[in-house]
Amino acid sequence: MAHWLFQEEHEMLRKSVRSWVEKEIKPYVEQWEEQGEFPRQLFKRAGELGFLGLTYPEEYGGSGEDYLAGAVFFEELARCGSAGVAAGLGASMAIAAPQIYKFGSEELKQRFLVPTITGEKIGALGITEPNAGSDVASIATTARDDGDCYVVNGSKMFITNGVRADYVVTAVKTDPAAGHKGISLLVIEKGTPGFGVAKKLEKLGWNASDTGELYFEDCRVPKANLVGQENAGFYYIMKNFAWERLVMALQAVAASQLALEEAIKYAQQRVQFGKPLSKFQVTRHKLADMASLIETARSLTYYALSLFVAGEDADTAVAMAKIYACETANKVTDEAVQIHGGYGYMMEYPVQRYWRDARIGTIGGGTTEIMKEIIVKKMIK
Amino acid sequence: MKILVCLKQTFDTEAKIVLDENGKIERQGVSLIMNPYDEFAVEEALRLKENQGEGEVTVISVGGQQTQDALRQALAMGADKAVLVDPGDVELDEYSTATILAKVISGMEYDIILGGFRAIDDGSAQVAGRVAEILNIPVVNMITKLEVADGKAVATREIEGGSEVVEVPLPAVLTAQKGLNEPRYPSMKGIMKAKKKPMQKMTLADVGLEEGQIAPKVKAISFSLPEPRKAGKIIPGEPAEAARELARLLREEAKVV
Ligand SMILES: Cc1cc2nc3c(=O)[nH]c(=O)nc-3n(C[C@H](O)[C@H](O)[C@H](O)COP(=O)(O)OP(=O)(O)OC[C@H]3O[C@@H](n4cnc5c(N)ncnc54)[C@H](O)[C@@H]3O)c2cc1C
Repeated sequence: MAHWLFQEEHEMLRKSVRSWVEKEIKPYVEQWEEQGEFPRQLFKRAGELGFLGLTYPEEYGGSGEDYLAGAVFFEELARCGSAGVAAGLGASMAIAAPQIYKFGSEELKQRFLVPTITGEKIGALGITEPNAGSDVASIATTARDDGDCYVVNGSKMFITNGVRADYVVTAVKTDPAAGHKGISLLVIEKGTPGFGVAKKLEKLGWNASDTGELYFEDCRVPKANLVGQENAGFYYIMKNFAWERLVMALQAVAASQLALEEAIKYAQQRVQFGKPLSKFQVTRHKLADMASLIETARSLTYYALSLFVAGEDADTAVAMAKIYACETANKVTDEAVQIHGGYGYMMEYPVQRYWRDARIGTIGGGTTEIMKEIIVKKMIK
Repeated sequence: MKILVCLKQTFDTEAKIVLDENGKIERQGVSLIMNPYDEFAVEEALRLKENQGEGEVTVISVGGQQTQDALRQALAMGADKAVLVDPGDVELDEYSTATILAKVISGMEYDIILGGFRAIDDGSAQVAGRVAEILNIPVVNMITKLEVADGKAVATREIEGGSEVVEVPLPAVLTAQKGLNEPRYPSMKGIMKAKKKPMQKMTLADVGLEEGQIAPKVKAISFSLPEPRKAGKIIPGEPAEAARELARLLREEAKVV
């Protein structure tokens, strides 16, 4: 039975995404993990099938601003078993492009949003810096006003798609004295003199997606590339966090489910002391606990999603969902490894990857600790 | 060009088949899909229409109300109209289904009729051929390539050890084999459009048939599941010894060498 939140069209879309993932992604996941990135062509294919346009209106090549459809897409994508694939597609479609769609000029939308939806351009969002993570307001990258351009200096850290992105929506200080009220967003294109990739970073998980460290040295960016208003960047960033965090929670739930399924399968096959692991009460109860955690995480996440699509204040619920779903993914994937015993520690079995991939959940997109700050700030004013 | 596609809703290929207490196949809780071979047929119909630059694709199915899901999937892929004949709670065999389909089709305009060469559930591969027989038009089975021009269809079909190219005058029935094409995934736009496309629902009476006219000629007496796979055997010991034991077991127990 489908969940009440979704309509019939969403369940039909689910089938489409599921068979696409099954046929065109799952068989190649190991190879892409090894290569450290999935082919650029996958963006094009996802664009061609309309998946990258699910949360955008038709005038920009989308199929309607349907966040439930977007949710279905990311849930099903997670079932490919490599969270890096979803991270790459997601960073472009659900993290970078929304800034342009919601706050950018018509010109920016035509130049960057439309080709992101077709999959011809890859986007990234660059906020984090070597010395500024959770404390977004403390970023040190500056953009000095110089006639019709900004001159950008600084660096960005841990940027998903950073190595091959065609454009990076970059958080810069246009008024360094003003703290969070001095941040602006600039669209900086690949090939702009002074902008480069310092390095492709080696990671514990998300290995099918590229993560880059970027630098800007007297990089001249046309003023037309400013997203929305000058010094309103902090507000823009916070605005889209709800969707980004929902996507992370949805994927954490889906990935936990996958780990549980893998654990169930293994527990039925592996025989010790004359019977399959699935006959031991300890294992059975473990599986029951995992399933209950997942179901709770899913319910909370769907609740947050329902508030978000209804246009209500979802910040608290989203923060709770992100914490709960991502912490659940850590626990469930860890138990899945435990049930696999030594085989769970071997690279041949997919559970080790689920475990590695899950670990970013409580860190990226705002750490669990920062989520708690958001929750408590609303309770104690 | 009027293109008809006959399609069936079947169990999901991943479905675990169990028998109920009456020894019949349990249908409860099983997820249902469009028969994969019929998906090839729908795709071919859409390509045909696209290549011709005009035409209309109508999908037809015989089944219960839940069969609308499979028809709607075809509409979401791009078919124009759907017709569902729900015969009610009656036993059907290939004869019954083909009789119903042929009766509905005989009241429609058509240049070409497509279908999967078989359904993955009962796998009898009879219905399309029977429809052609009743309509008195040619049938070409298991096609892997199709070209249509000047009132003729040229189809490549699989035969033992090779392939054969045949030409038939239209109208004709052609059935799809794997390899004919790669079916498209319904897009969100297609799915939303499908909601507004016509889905005609008919009863046996609407079609102009009575239950007596579709009484099955074949009766399933019993169903049984395949033997469950036995657990594997691990032969312990030194490699040379274990290999000798393995050879002995293959010869004496498994009797395969
Ligand atoms: C694989 C990967 C991909 C990423 N992709 C992107 C991207 O595309 N774009 C982007 O901009 N960023 C990206 N990030 C960065 C990510 O958002 C940050 O890592 C995250 O926000 C945490 O910042 P930090 O790493 O600097 O940790 P810090 O902020 O230094 O935190 C370290 C620890 O201290 C805790 N802490 C910090 N402040 C407080 C506090 N006030 N109270 C209590 N505890 C606190 C944190 O919770 C954490 O446990 C990515 C990171 C990774 C690992």
